[in-house]
Amino acid sequence: MSYFAGIAAVYWKDVLLEFRTRQSLSTMFTFCLTIVIIFNFVFEPGSPAVLEVSPGVLWAAFTFSGLLGISRSFSFEIDRGGLQGLLLCPVERSTIYFGKVLGNATFMLLIEAVTFPIFVVFYNLPPNMNLLGLVLVFVLGTLGFVAVGTLLSAISANTKAREVLLPVLLFPVAVPVLVATVKSTGPLLRGEDLAQVASWVKLLLAFDLLFLAASSLTFEFIVEE
Amino acid sequence: MQKNVRLSPADWILWGLTSVAIAVALYAAFLYAPTERTMGDIQRIFYFHVASAWIGFLAFFVVFVASIAYLATKAIKWDILAASSAEIGVVFSTLVLLTGPLWARPVWNTYWTWDPRLTSFLILWLIYIAYLMLRAYAGEEEKSARFAAVFGIIGFLDVPIVYASIRLWRTLHPKPVIAGGGSSGLAPQMLTSLFIALGAFLVLYIALLRLRIRLEKVNRAVRQLHLEINR
Repeated sequence: MSYFAGIAAVYWKDVLLEFRTRQSLSTMFTFCLTIVIIFNFVFEPGSPAVLEVSPGVLWAAFTFSGLLGISRSFSFEIDRGGLQGLLLCPVERSTIYFGKVLGNATFMLLIEAVTFPIFVVFYNLPPNMNLLGLVLVFVLGTLGFVAVGTLLSAISANTKAREVLLPVLLFPVAVPVLVATVKSTGPLLRGEDLAQVASWVKLLLAFDLLFLAASSLTFEFIVEE
Repeated sequence: MQKNVRLSPADWILWGLTSVAIAVALYAAFLYAPTERTMGDIQRIFYFHVASAWIGFLAFFVVFVASIAYLATKAIKWDILAASSAEIGVVFSTLVLLTGPLWARPVWNTYWTWDPRLTSFLILWLIYIAYLMLRAYAGEEEKSARFAAVFGIIGFLDVPIVYASIRLWRTLHPKPVIAGGGSSGLAPQMLTSLFIALGAFLVLYIALLRLRIRLEKVNRAVRQLHLEINR
């Protein structure tokens, strides 16, 4: 089996499993929506402050709900001995990592695609936003968060503390992703050009590449028996 | 079985040296270095503040190198070194976070400001607190060593990006806070005092590290004995 076919197989297994059970996606979406609604209590509806804080609200909702999916992606494998089976497959260990990263990114992006229109309606955002730029930032930001998250999820799922440990490990490391996405989402929501946030996009790209590389190299040390 | 792990003569010499070095550093900071013109005596905290920060970075760099060495060789000594250095690094960086506000309050008129250095140092501190928690919860020794090594590498790689991201954020939205501190225009005696403090803390770091490594070995030996008794 070639390297990419291995990644595709792991990815397809996760996607298929999720669409048969829908356990992660349904909880992720409900939680994401709940966060968006809760933040609504923080400020006066219709106040000009809304546009200023909405990127932060949006990314808090995306990352907190994304965390649910990421933390499950290894814990459910361990519960039923699925990880053993994956490790027995005659593929390189990093294919498991990349397959899981793609799966987690797909789930998070799906949630983002559904939540964002609802968010725009709830918070009365002006329609003149730079949608193409937003898509780029959402994809790069999600990929960076998931790249580190998937690696750390493999770690935390194997510890005594299980899911409790993951946010403590993940959020400090993911700070650059959070800063870059929040800071570039703001101007793009106001309809500004992508060139305005070019340095943030470059930072996201650098983070994604560095941590995809570093995580795929270190992943085999986590799952070795 | 673990052989004698009592303090060696080298340790006694090291601790003697540390005591002398700290005394000299105190003398240098309080009596030798001139009083800063605008900030006054409070600026003398600078020598220990900056020295703690640099030793903290050094300690985390040691964690990074030891983590790579552990994954490459699987030799326990590297794991023991990483665990010990991380803990001491957290002590020194906590000192930085405690001395910083004491200095900032009279000079900047605030205990805390979200300046790039302060913010990224706080994130750095959080990453290594998480590292220590991971070690505490990981379970068996060998697993804990592998997981901590991976996190030690990832966490250290993250530090420059955290700094870059927060600097970019703050340069896009500058705040009217005077970025004080003294890297520019330091009097020669001040620079000398800083290096004396740095040297003193370096010896202290090495002495603590040797002690912590010894403690870690005893700890593991006791755990091993405990397992054997229960078997």
